[in-house]
Amino acid sequence: MPDVEAFAPQYASIRHRDETAELGMWVFIATEVLLFGGLMLGYIVYRHAYPTAFAAAGRHTDIVIGTANTAILLTSSFLVACAVDAFAAETRKICITLLSGAILLGLIFIVLKGIEYSDEYREHLVPGINFSFEPANADGAQLFFVFYFVATSVHAVHMLVGIGLLAVLARLTYRSPDSRHRAALHSAALYWHFVDVVWIFLFALIYLPGRST
Amino acid sequence: MRHEWTSFWHSGVSPHGRDVDMLFGGLLLASALVLGLLFFLLTLFCIRYRVSNAVDRDHRIRKSWHWEVTWTAASLLGFLALFVWGASIYLDIFRTPPDELSVFVVAKQWMWKVQHTGGQSEINALHIPVNRPIRLVMASQDVIHSFFIPALRLKHDVVPGRYQDLEITAERSGHYHLFCAEYCGTEHSGMTGEIVAMEAADYAGWLAQQSPSASLAQEGGALFRELGCSGCHGTGSKVHAPALEGLYGNPVPLSDGSMVTADDKYIRDSILLPRSQIAAGYEPLMPSFEGKVSEDQLLRLVAYIKSIGGHRS
Amino acid sequence: MNEDNYLNAGYSLRSWFFTTDHKRIAILYFASLIVFFLIGGAAATAIRIELVTPQADLVSSDMYNRLFTMHGIIMVWFFLIPSIPNTLGNFIVPLMIGARDLAFPRLNLLSWYLFMLGGGVTLFAIFAGGVDTGWTFYTPFSTLYSNSYVAVAVTGVFIAGFSSILTGLNFIVTIHRLRAPGLTWYRLPLFLWSLYATSVILVLATPVLAMTLVLIVVERVLGVGIFDPKIGGDPLLFQHLFWFYSHPAVYIMILPGMGVINELISCFSRKQVFGYKFVAWASLAIAALGFLVWGHHMFVSGQSLLASLVFSFMSFMVAVPSAIKVFNWTATLHKGSIRFDAPMLYALGFIGLFTIGGLTGLFLACLAYDVHATDTYFVVAHFHYIMVGGMVTAYFGGLHYWWPKITGRLYSEYWARTAAVLIFFGFNLTFFPQFILGAEGMPRRYHVYPPEFQVWNVLSSGGAVILAIAYLMPLVYLGYSLFFGRRAPANPWDAPGLEWQTPSPPPEYNFDTQPVVTRPPYQYSPDFAAEPQNA
Repeated sequence: MPDVEAFAPQYASIRHRDETAELGMWVFIATEVLLFGGLMLGYIVYRHAYPTAFAAAGRHTDIVIGTANTAILLTSSFLVACAVDAFAAETRKICITLLSGAILLGLIFIVLKGIEYSDEYREHLVPGINFSFEPANADGAQLFFVFYFVATSVHAVHMLVGIGLLAVLARLTYRSPDSRHRAALHSAALYWHFVDVVWIFLFALIYLPGRST
Repeated sequence: MRHEWTSFWHSGVSPHGRDVDMLFGGLLLASALVLGLLFFLLTLFCIRYRVSNAVDRDHRIRKSWHWEVTWTAASLLGFLALFVWGASIYLDIFRTPPDELSVFVVAKQWMWKVQHTGGQSEINALHIPVNRPIRLVMASQDVIHSFFIPALRLKHDVVPGRYQDLEITAERSGHYHLFCAEYCGTEHSGMTGEIVAMEAADYAGWLAQQSPSASLAQEGGALFRELGCSGCHGTGSKVHAPALEGLYGNPVPLSDGSMVTADDKYIRDSILLPRSQIAAGYEPLMPSFEGKVSEDQLLRLVAYIKSIGGHRS
Repeated sequence: MNEDNYLNAGYSLRSWFFTTDHKRIAILYFASLIVFFLIGGAAATAIRIELVTPQADLVSSDMYNRLFTMHGIIMVWFFLIPSIPNTLGNFIVPLMIGARDLAFPRLNLLSWYLFMLGGGVTLFAIFAGGVDTGWTFYTPFSTLYSNSYVAVAVTGVFIAGFSSILTGLNFIVTIHRLRAPGLTWYRLPLFLWSLYATSVILVLATPVLAMTLVLIVVERVLGVGIFDPKIGGDPLLFQHLFWFYSHPAVYIMILPGMGVINELISCFSRKQVFGYKFVAWASLAIAALGFLVWGHHMFVSGQSLLASLVFSFMSFMVAVPSAIKVFNWTATLHKGSIRFDAPMLYALGFIGLFTIGGLTGLFLACLAYDVHATDTYFVVAHFHYIMVGGMVTAYFGGLHYWWPKITGRLYSEYWARTAAVLIFFGFNLTFFPQFILGAEGMPRRYHVYPPEFQVWNVLSSGGAVILAIAYLMPLVYLGYSLFFGRRAPANPWDAPGLEWQTPSPPPEYNFDTQPVVTRPPYQYSPDFAAEPQNA
């Protein structure tokens, strides 16, 4: 497919532009690592201070939804990876189908998260709103749930941004599957995979404590 | 206060205060030498090599790395020496004080409340005898404050939620500033006081003059009954609660298998966060007194439990 | 200046506020930064006037606390951090590497809008009633006790943080990927090495601040005790998280200043910077080591003695690359051909003032002395020597150096030199007495103070008057030059960098044809004529 598209004057070629865009996404991901890293560091400090309370609180998380969401996200990442591979004018319908699948899975993730949040509201596990827990571990558990809600809602915001990106790119792939949009999809896929990896860390920190005993 | 032009040259009046002053002198000397050298070279080069000056500019230094290694190594060695010097004094300043003469300090917005074990209390003042190490046990009622005595070259933050030990010794009698050094709100700059160091005889006289109604431990004992602690922990109680006689200072086995020493922090945490450390063989029945007892009252309870622990406070 | 350049490429508001030209975005930042500097400076003026007497006479304690908080927040986040990177960096980086723009011009514009939004929100908090927590927002005071617009101010800073991140991202990618042919890493001017190191810190440290600010707002708005000791939270955790960003932040502030000094010293001694590679790697070392020293703000906070030992040791280590730079700059002057134009006066002033600031940093890194000096005016003097004596001086130096390139005009050399000298003396008179105050034990953030501290306070306030006048002078003569200054040639200083091989002011797309670099930077022939990097 001949690339006759224009590119911005600071670039020497299309390839130059696309590689630069990808580097930009890697640098952005580095900032996100520190964003979530800072939060996880705070979590780890408190978990070290209150191990029994964190374990007790961890047992109150919904492991079924948590595990389902992990499987959903991993599958969606697989679909996105395949979509990147399938990006070409001839296979654009396949690409769009794969992206739509990933978007759908992402939305299911969000819905399941919403169900989980409302369950937690009913079980009085929302700090600042209606939190109550067995008195022996109440303080540590409240700290656990503060981190739980902050981390998962920040993650959910990132998920929504990712879903938006994939949706925009699905549309662009349909309209003009040129190299600029290939690069854009590649960057969006990187972002999506990163959000997935963050979830895996969160899953381990949130859902698994206290379950081995 | 007499108007001092160079009061910062007055030496510190604590044992490590002199060490800190010597360290300061050393730092000042090193800095003056480096700065002097730098200004000399800058001035020299600026004058000698100014554009209008026809001077030999050939044979410029080509290989720079000899110089680089030299001044890097020199800086590194100098810095290491300063680090070791400062660190050794620091460790000395903050060594755990022996359980000598204790005084309790509660910081709150915006005053310092001082409690002597004999029950004498002061606000924004602390009387101490000279040449005796005083162990301050400090707590904050609300936000972070910082206990700062410039004359002793000493400060430490007082953080809410924990006890802070600090050893102070004044070598000369006199009045010394006490400042709060961590911003704590509206009247932060008003949270000042004075340390009054007195000769031993004068100090004894001052203590006697205060005529407190009861010692801290006695007041603690009264609180112990008023707050209902004796209901569970006293003899004849039907509740299976640990006896507190002989507890203080001794190891306590916990329900998770670990051992902890029953110090001030342990007592305080047991009252405020009783479920955080359960004594082995007991049920987690004790209610928390968070919000029901102030830092002043906590200090009295700790003093009381210490007094029935077989320790002198 | 009859030919087309970026300034006359469009006069509409739209062409300015929707520009993607890095040069215009630099001007947008420059204008907004002047406003923030004046607001922060006004707060400082009020503070220094109040401190002339030991008692409270000008303002109430609550107002005073709001004033120093405002001064800190505005100066740190809305002046110092964006200053050189977003004005001089935005303008010069593409020119210096021979590119037509930054890698992501639209992100650059977004960065300015985020900066303005963040600034607007913060100014709203300040003028609606103020914040009284200090720029450090220590908990539990900020989360549970302060009766001021903490959440709003914190949100403003949060938004501005994204502006920083985007800038850093843009510079990293640009320096990696948009260098002109022949421009290898070791041929980069040191200004770019410094900005690269700064950008690494910007992208890695700022997110941690973002997360910490989120936690403050959550605790304040929802009342959940993340840092509340009553439910087992730890106020010290806040300090660790806050300083993990805020210490590297001070290197964000000073590294660009050091970068500018390289350009000035070499140009006005007509000589290659001594020990180029050492200086380049020293910038990266400062960035890396700067992440490992945050606990030196907490030596008396109650952190463990072991932690304090480690942080003190690392703090001494991070001083080494800074020392290397100072020695290298001095050695650059040796056998040079030195001219004392205004930018050089600023550069020399920087070396002196930064060295004093850095040496006093050693005092504070030294554990036992820090016990006495922390939270006193000694610290205040130390960081003002670095930030104002160092960073702002470097900013002014760079501004004067590149002013002909940016505006196409020459300023009055007489007034520029006068202002530089006046700034140097006013600065020292303002801040040197504060070292004495700190050594004597006057705590910081004090509205009222014991009378024996008055004499040094009066000296300091007197110096502040001189400094204020000196800082206002450039507004006048630089502003005058915009309309009445002589037209500047392409290369008024006869310097070899790529930015000087294009007209003043540059055309919209910087270069007609992409330069090809054949030489290292700072090449001057034996008779001190510049050898351009691309000839």
